[in-house]
Amino acid sequence: MNNRATATVHGWLLLLPAMACLVIFTHWPAVASFIESFHSTPKARRPARFVGLDNYEQLLADPIFWKAMSNNLWFALGTIPASIALALLMAVWVNDKIVGRTWVRMAFFTPTILPMIAVANIWLFFFTPQYGLLEQIVGFFGGRSTNWLGSQDTALSAITIVAIWKEAGFFMIFYLAALQALPPSLGEAAAIEGASRWTYFRRIQFPLLMPTTLFVLINAVINAFRMIDHIFVMTRGGPDNATTLLLFYIYQVGFSFWDTAYAATLTCVLLALLALVAFVQYGFLERRTHYR
Amino acid sequence: MDRREFMGGATALAGSLALPGIAGAQAATEIAFFYPVAVGGPITKLIDAYAAGFEKENPSIKVKPIYAGTYQETIVKALTAHKSGTPPVLSVLLSTDMFTLIDEEAVVPFDSFIKTDDDKKWLGSFFPGFMENSQTGGKTWGIPFQRSTVVLYWNKELFKEAGLDPEKPPKTWAEQLEFAQKLTKRDVSGNVTQWGIQIPSSGFPYWLFQGLSTQAGAILTNPAGDKTDYANPGVVEALQYWVDLAQKHKVHPPGIVEWGTTPKDFFERKVAMMWTTTGNLTNVRANAKFPFGVAVLPAGKKPGSPTGGGNFYLSKKATPAEQEAAFKFVRWITTPERAAQWSAETGYVAVTPAAYETEAMKKYVADFPQALVARDQLPTAVAELSTHENQRVTKALNDGLQAALTGTKTPQKAMEDAQAEAERILKPYR
Repeated sequence: MNNRATATVHGWLLLLPAMACLVIFTHWPAVASFIESFHSTPKARRPARFVGLDNYEQLLADPIFWKAMSNNLWFALGTIPASIALALLMAVWVNDKIVGRTWVRMAFFTPTILPMIAVANIWLFFFTPQYGLLEQIVGFFGGRSTNWLGSQDTALSAITIVAIWKEAGFFMIFYLAALQALPPSLGEAAAIEGASRWTYFRRIQFPLLMPTTLFVLINAVINAFRMIDHIFVMTRGGPDNATTLLLFYIYQVGFSFWDTAYAATLTCVLLALLALVAFVQYGFLERRTHYR
Repeated sequence: MDRREFMGGATALAGSLALPGIAGAQAATEIAFFYPVAVGGPITKLIDAYAAGFEKENPSIKVKPIYAGTYQETIVKALTAHKSGTPPVLSVLLSTDMFTLIDEEAVVPFDSFIKTDDDKKWLGSFFPGFMENSQTGGKTWGIPFQRSTVVLYWNKELFKEAGLDPEKPPKTWAEQLEFAQKLTKRDVSGNVTQWGIQIPSSGFPYWLFQGLSTQAGAILTNPAGDKTDYANPGVVEALQYWVDLAQKHKVHPPGIVEWGTTPKDFFERKVAMMWTTTGNLTNVRANAKFPFGVAVLPAGKKPGSPTGGGNFYLSKKATPAEQEAAFKFVRWITTPERAAQWSAETGYVAVTPAAYETEAMKKYVADFPQALVARDQLPTAVAELSTHENQRVTKALNDGLQAALTGTKTPQKAMEDAQAEAERILKPYR
């Protein structure tokens, strides 16, 4: 009994550092934000007071919030399927024995290890009207000059492309690891049966990669709502909020406007959204992700 | 940054974190001082040298400069420190942050430190254009330090090619349009290869737009900072002129023009005239591979440009002794000789007319007369847009400007919407 008590104490002590970090930096801020979202922003002469659902009413009536939400939705729809498909394609490709395989793998992975701000600055010049890389390519084929980041029609797509380019290389690594874990006997069996490359991928590789796809999907969704660095460097949410995403808007409200209560309210919405997505993915999709 | 500088920074940080009570017990008064870096050049080194120079003359005071990032990051750090109870004694923040700092009760006015006639003379020595963003309600809340205005840069070579006099910049809106039409080149398929003029509109379009609106005779806000006039006919007219340059006359790139790449477009000869800050002077001087000119902005109904840049602010939570020491430092660094030196080293406008009378300044501008343009523009300069809830009220205008420039709203509608939004935000402050 005494031994067991000691073991329990030891166990908790070992857990304590991680738990403290989790509580201090994750759980408490979330709870505090939730509480704060029902109060007014404290000002020097006017301390915070309970305002009930006022902040949420303000949020429902805020056109920029809705713009940020719809932007974020389009951004997620644009990045998630494309970056996962691209990652899968690249992984299958560099998994084969091709010439210069290591180099190709490295080239695909490079975007992931570059600092985000530097990447955004490079892309800023790619998108520069007239003499940017993209313009030179378009110009070579006789296309018209476009102001990619400066037009409401193209700015969000331009940001989306940068995100896909950045994400695909990262997800490729997971797919590559999963592909290499597949038993080679399956490939040999398929070859003996005379299955085509496509059939082998569709009937064997792809289904076996489903757990990886789920993991990558979860990451992709989180990243789609976590995107902020590129926005700062490339557009600062402009033109006229065309590229304002939810997290960028939270930063703006919190640290440019100092409206901390409203920022907390927005944070709660983001948290609720992510919780919902996680619930769907873990509770629903995971149960269906089995090899049939 | 070498290791010694890093160690210096670390000690300074530790110093600023020490409790005021403990610091007060020591003989020397210590003033921690936050500052941002917003232009190119070895600003950190220069500031450290000023601090050392001041300490030498005032052994009882220790100045601890702390580099705090961009303007935006600096105010976030300063206000966070204020809310946690141990702010820096002195900070350099945007002049337009004045109302925000007053509302947060983070700063004290300088007036109570002005005691002698000499002090009064010093306070009256700054360019009045700069003081507009430093004073409200009869009090002086900020002392000008790193200040700028918007100026026009032009490529003399391209002027010559277009048959224009390379020594003559446009003087009026009409001339600016006419020159820009001559300077815009198109290839056979109609694609523009060289634009006549470029006014950046990313990030903070309101600042450059304020040049146009001032020239149209409109003032965007009142001195109390609780009312805006975005829907004024002059403002709409100014925006119409800007939109027309791009959409009607096609001499200005369409859509949003990036602030950061505008100087590069100028170096690449993709644009013949650009509007940007005088703070880019040193950058352009170093990178333009052709003779260039700098001029005051062309006049509409009248000439005009907004001022910009940073002021010194005194923390409210500092002890009286610390505030007094910080005040002494501010007075020291704004003497004509130091202001002249600072201007020559960075490209900022020197903050007092007297600085332009110093020997060092005379020598600098004899070699580089373009540096005088920003000063010559000051008599017609107006305060930079600054109100309560500054960032939010400014964003309303920025969004409207970008909507008009990208063609989703007419200038009239865009400015009406911006005014309605600003009205909603500012109502509680009246």
